[in-house]
Amino acid sequence: MKTILLHPTDLSIAASLVIVDIALSIFLRLGLHKQIAIAATRMVVQLVMIGYVLKFVFALNNPAATGLIVMIMVLVAAREVAARPDRSLVHGQNYLIGLVSVAGATTLASVFALITAIRPDPWFDPHYTIPLVGIILGSVLNAGSIALDGVLSGVEAAQPGIEARLMLGHPYWSAMATLIRGSIRRGMVPIINQMSAAGIITLPGIMTGQILAGLDPVEAVKYQILLMFLLSGASGLVAVAVAYSAAWRLTDGRQRLRLDQLR
Amino acid sequence: MSIDRGTCLTVTGASGSGKSVFLRMVADMDAAEGKVLLGDEDRTTMPAPQWRQKVTLVPAQAGWWAPTVAEHFEEKNKTTATELARQLRLPEDIFSRQVLRLSTGERQRLALIRALVAKPAVLLLDEPTSSLDQESVAAVESLLASELERGLVLILVTHDPAQAERLGNQTMHIKDGKVLPA
Repeated sequence: MKTILLHPTDLSIAASLVIVDIALSIFLRLGLHKQIAIAATRMVVQLVMIGYVLKFVFALNNPAATGLIVMIMVLVAAREVAARPDRSLVHGQNYLIGLVSVAGATTLASVFALITAIRPDPWFDPHYTIPLVGIILGSVLNAGSIALDGVLSGVEAAQPGIEARLMLGHPYWSAMATLIRGSIRRGMVPIINQMSAAGIITLPGIMTGQILAGLDPVEAVKYQILLMFLLSGASGLVAVAVAYSAAWRLTDGRQRLRLDQLR
Repeated sequence: MSIDRGTCLTVTGASGSGKSVFLRMVADMDAAEGKVLLGDEDRTTMPAPQWRQKVTLVPAQAGWWAPTVAEHFEEKNKTTATELARQLRLPEDIFSRQVLRLSTGERQRLALIRALVAKPAVLLLDEPTSSLDQESVAAVESLLASELERGLVLILVTHDPAQAERLGNQTMHIKDGKVLPA
């Protein structure tokens, strides 16, 4: 199958659908037309920019440049994980937890895929590394922010139960187990839903993209399966890391619950 | 101040004077500068969970972490817990009940049982009988008296001078966060 290349005219025609949205917003007085216009413009600018950045990095084919792009992506994702929960920890500890957990889970999952399954040559090949990290980060961000929100937003309500267990001599991780488990479970729900729905309710984006780009559907499916496994592994790791780190930061060296660490 | 084995220190004082905070500090639930020793062992040299297994606090409104009463008791302690529940005049099926459906008095007695089955050396009780009828108060006091005979150290916050009289060997009065001479 030959890849059908899109021209600016094709995109302009598609953009008319956004104009329809804007018209609807004005007509129905939804007050969304400005937001739609800004979001659509942002999306175009961001994607065109990343397209050129990727083209440049692919041409360099250099581990340092690839590493730098990956690092920026991880930093932005960690910031999102830290900023999304309603409550946060004092002294920017949210960001530290986000960074360590996101970087750890993403590095483990991507390196694992690069050296065992994909095995590109060179091993850091930006064609594979950057999209792979991007996809993993999407899932990691979701799972991490939901799990962190679970602990930070739930700890006040869970305080009497946690303190009751601490008073009986349970260590903090056992006293907070119900809250930690609930938060990890919440963080894992999106990826479980995604895996269950894949292929029946939804055709995952990567697979669809590869099929549109001319790859054999069965080959595209293999990639998708690999990715789903990676995403589930990385989501689990980040949810566990975030929930336990938050619980640890909410207690002190004498295993007391420290709600004064919460903002 | 030192408290011997088998004795009860009653802590009195107006609401908000700092009695509960005092108990929390002894149990190491809040940071405190004071020195607390159990025998020769300093609180700070012992891991906090181990300290709280020996020096256990039962607050005025104890917390619960699972839906049913039974889930708050370890399997190995269930026989002792059932026996204590009988002594404290709790219904036989209490362990299969939902925590949400318990009365305040039932919760208070169950929280006391939950702490006692782990056999602490020191028990810190914050108004343990405030929601109980006369007969249940007598049952709790009789249980505490027998635990004291076995060597338990009891620190009891109470608003009831008669109870302080019945159980206490030593008394301490707190006013505005400061200990006043008895």
